[in-house]
Amino acid sequence: MIRRLWKFNGGVHPPQHKKESTGLNIGPAILPRQLTLPLHQHIGEPAEPLVQVGDHVLKGQIIARANGYVSAPVHAPSSGTIAAIGEYPIPHPSGFSADCIIIDTDGEDRWGERLGIADYQELSPSALRNLIREAGIVGLGGAGFPSYIKLNPGHDKVIKTLILNGVECEPYITCDDMLMRERSEQVIAGLRIARHALQAEQCIVAIESNKQEAFAIMRDAAQNDDDIEVVRVPTLYPQGSEKQLIKVLTGQEVPSNGLSLQIGVVSLNVGTSAAIYRAICHGEPLISRIITVAGNGVNTPRNLETLIGTPMDELIRQCDGDPAQLGKLIMGGPMMGFALHQTDLPIIKTTNCVLSHHRDQMPQQKPVLPCIRCGACMDACPVELLPQQLYWFARSDELDKAQEHDLFDCIECGCCSYVCPSNIPLVQFYRYAKGEIWIREREREKSELARQRFEFREMRIARRKAEHGAKRKQKQIAAKKRDDKEDEIKAAVERAQQRRDQARDSAIEQAEKQRTKDSRDG
Amino acid sequence: MELQTTTSPHNTGPNSITGIMLRVIIAMIPGIAAYVWFFGWGLIINMIIAISAALLCEALILKWRQRPLMPFLSDGSAVVTAMLLALAIPPLAPWWVTVIGILFAIIIAKHLYGGLGYNPFNPAMVGYVMLLVSFPREMTSWIPLASWSDISLNFQDSLIYIFTQQLPVSVTFDALTEATPLDTLKTHLGQGNTVTEVRAQLGLDEQTSRLLSLTPIFGDIGGKGWEWINGAFLLGGLWLIYKRIIGWQIPVAMLGSLSAIALLFFLIDTDHNASPLFHLFSGAAILGAFFIATDPVTAAASPRGRLIYGIGIGLLVYIIRNWGGYPDSIAFAVLLMNMVVPLIDHYFKPRVFGHRK
Repeated sequence: MIRRLWKFNGGVHPPQHKKESTGLNIGPAILPRQLTLPLHQHIGEPAEPLVQVGDHVLKGQIIARANGYVSAPVHAPSSGTIAAIGEYPIPHPSGFSADCIIIDTDGEDRWGERLGIADYQELSPSALRNLIREAGIVGLGGAGFPSYIKLNPGHDKVIKTLILNGVECEPYITCDDMLMRERSEQVIAGLRIARHALQAEQCIVAIESNKQEAFAIMRDAAQNDDDIEVVRVPTLYPQGSEKQLIKVLTGQEVPSNGLSLQIGVVSLNVGTSAAIYRAICHGEPLISRIITVAGNGVNTPRNLETLIGTPMDELIRQCDGDPAQLGKLIMGGPMMGFALHQTDLPIIKTTNCVLSHHRDQMPQQKPVLPCIRCGACMDACPVELLPQQLYWFARSDELDKAQEHDLFDCIECGCCSYVCPSNIPLVQFYRYAKGEIWIREREREKSELARQRFEFREMRIARRKAEHGAKRKQKQIAAKKRDDKEDEIKAAVERAQQRRDQARDSAIEQAEKQRTKDSRDG
Repeated sequence: MELQTTTSPHNTGPNSITGIMLRVIIAMIPGIAAYVWFFGWGLIINMIIAISAALLCEALILKWRQRPLMPFLSDGSAVVTAMLLALAIPPLAPWWVTVIGILFAIIIAKHLYGGLGYNPFNPAMVGYVMLLVSFPREMTSWIPLASWSDISLNFQDSLIYIFTQQLPVSVTFDALTEATPLDTLKTHLGQGNTVTEVRAQLGLDEQTSRLLSLTPIFGDIGGKGWEWINGAFLLGGLWLIYKRIIGWQIPVAMLGSLSAIALLFFLIDTDHNASPLFHLFSGAAILGAFFIATDPVTAAASPRGRLIYGIGIGLLVYIIRNWGGYPDSIAFAVLLMNMVVPLIDHYFKPRVFGHRK
């Protein structure tokens, strides 16, 4: 049966440059003398160190634990001694430093205890999720979202489709391709585990048509699984983007601002799937991954199984390149990857490719011309935005309008910039606008908070005043009442006195009358 | 060594403004060839004058505005504007008409608004309309079909005429000028004739025309010769759609709405209304639909917006042709719809992925 496929709007066909790095099998990267492990290699909270400088650690030993629900632990990729814990440069577009643990490797690469599970089906989904969490597995496709959360849809959610993403649509990158070619059983085994953890109804493995060999091998590996379907999708960038792939395979659109869970779909990268298999069946945490080392900065582009924390310049050297001769170094692909500020930054869990440019063979910089409103960007946009309108709004700082035009639905895939005949760096404008909106929102929140605080203070003062006033009034009233009472008593006393006086007076009068009467009579 | 840290995407595609304009120019070649075949060398001379004037003017203004010369001179937009203006004016218009039109188009309609990409109105059409209202005599004296006329001018004669207004001794001015088919039809309908009568009188076959030494004006479906010119532009336009230089929406909407309203009135009163095919293949409808209305700078942006924009132009073309003061009206219709573009763009946004339908 051939699965019906849907289409998303636009997309582009940049030159693929995939053949260069698929000539050699996946080789082991060298064991570097020092490994640098950032505590924040995933989406969520940074991990919390569990070791101290001077501690000896074994390969696979946990050295930093997950901090909160959305977080992931970090493990020692090789045996050695903790040399330092502190801020070091990390691979990030900002070029900033962040907390890292540095291990001086001892060269023995000695494993700690590993406990593999013989039959994962004996474990409950929640036990599986815990093991996956403890293994520090995050999405290896690039986003780095902790995988166990993805496998935890909640009690009431039915997962209809589990998608295994082997699309790998970015040019140059071939780590997933080579993984599927060489370790298809691991990928499929991981998929079975994930399927069990999710209790998903069906699984689809999506592979782009430019990976014929991987497709055939994966189809063979899954031929005995009735509930796993290996599907070939036409090559089109950015099909590997989760929401676009879900549309292609199911015809459904993940709601804007929503998660695929909402429409009963979960997707995992093929690399993540293999990592899940190794974690569950062999007790190996995520301490290495396959890296594509490509670009004209290296003479032997290829894929290397690399320990997390390995410096990139070591990989460049291993692939016959000279780090000192590079003009540009990109982590990720040419469409969505980001340029790094130095060559000795560590490989992290989300690094899929190290793309280097020799300084004499840099990508061409074309002059930027005015927008001619040709609409090529709109035709290419996989989210069906109006990129040129967004560009005008971002340029003129009309950020409300940019938001009205759904700026935050932009996935920054770069298709618009790629097709722009005026060579306008459109994505850069959107990033600027997004950043500016965040800053303003934070400021607004801050001032809102300040305003609320101020108003509350005012209210409190007013209330206190009011309470005070009321009390005083009451007191006054009470005092007055007291006064009144005294007056009343006084009056009553006076009245009584008066009455007494009157009585006395009348008695006297009467006595006098009597006396005068008596004396007159007498 | 500092590493370059520009942001993604790090690679650029093959598109360029020059590439787009070059393809537009290539797509015009069949139409231009047909035009020259039927109306002689005047167009080529006009185009050379127009392009030279446009480039010179563009260079001067860029210098004044302190903009880099090369990227803007080589983008091809001034050349396309010049070619469209040359196509719009009569083939033997005096040289200064062309030059004034270009000056107005490039300086007033383009650079005073900010240059490439910023002009709200189609520069070639602004230039054309300015000429049409300022120099009605020069702008309405079309010439008879060269291939059907005994008095066709060769390249040298055309050149002399355009620059000096001197005709060869054997040719008189009256023999050289003639109204366009749309103009003729309009005039005759205004005199109370029916379409069939006009066409019977003036739609002569080759033999009769030679016998009476009259030039036929009407062909099988549109204006004689014009049907071929429009056909050739149609060919080029379809190639542009195939090459994805232009979208299908504007041409289809514009020609569709023009045909629809023409058909409606044709069915109501066949005697006094020309057929849809006549409307499509007589004036500048095809040229306008594929090459003028599709100018991206001045057209609507979204697919639905482009449909509305195209429909508006088609309807306006018919309305002005039928009830307005001018025989053809592509320029007016395009300029009027240019004004509406911001409104259209505001109201016809496409649905964004993941948002409710």
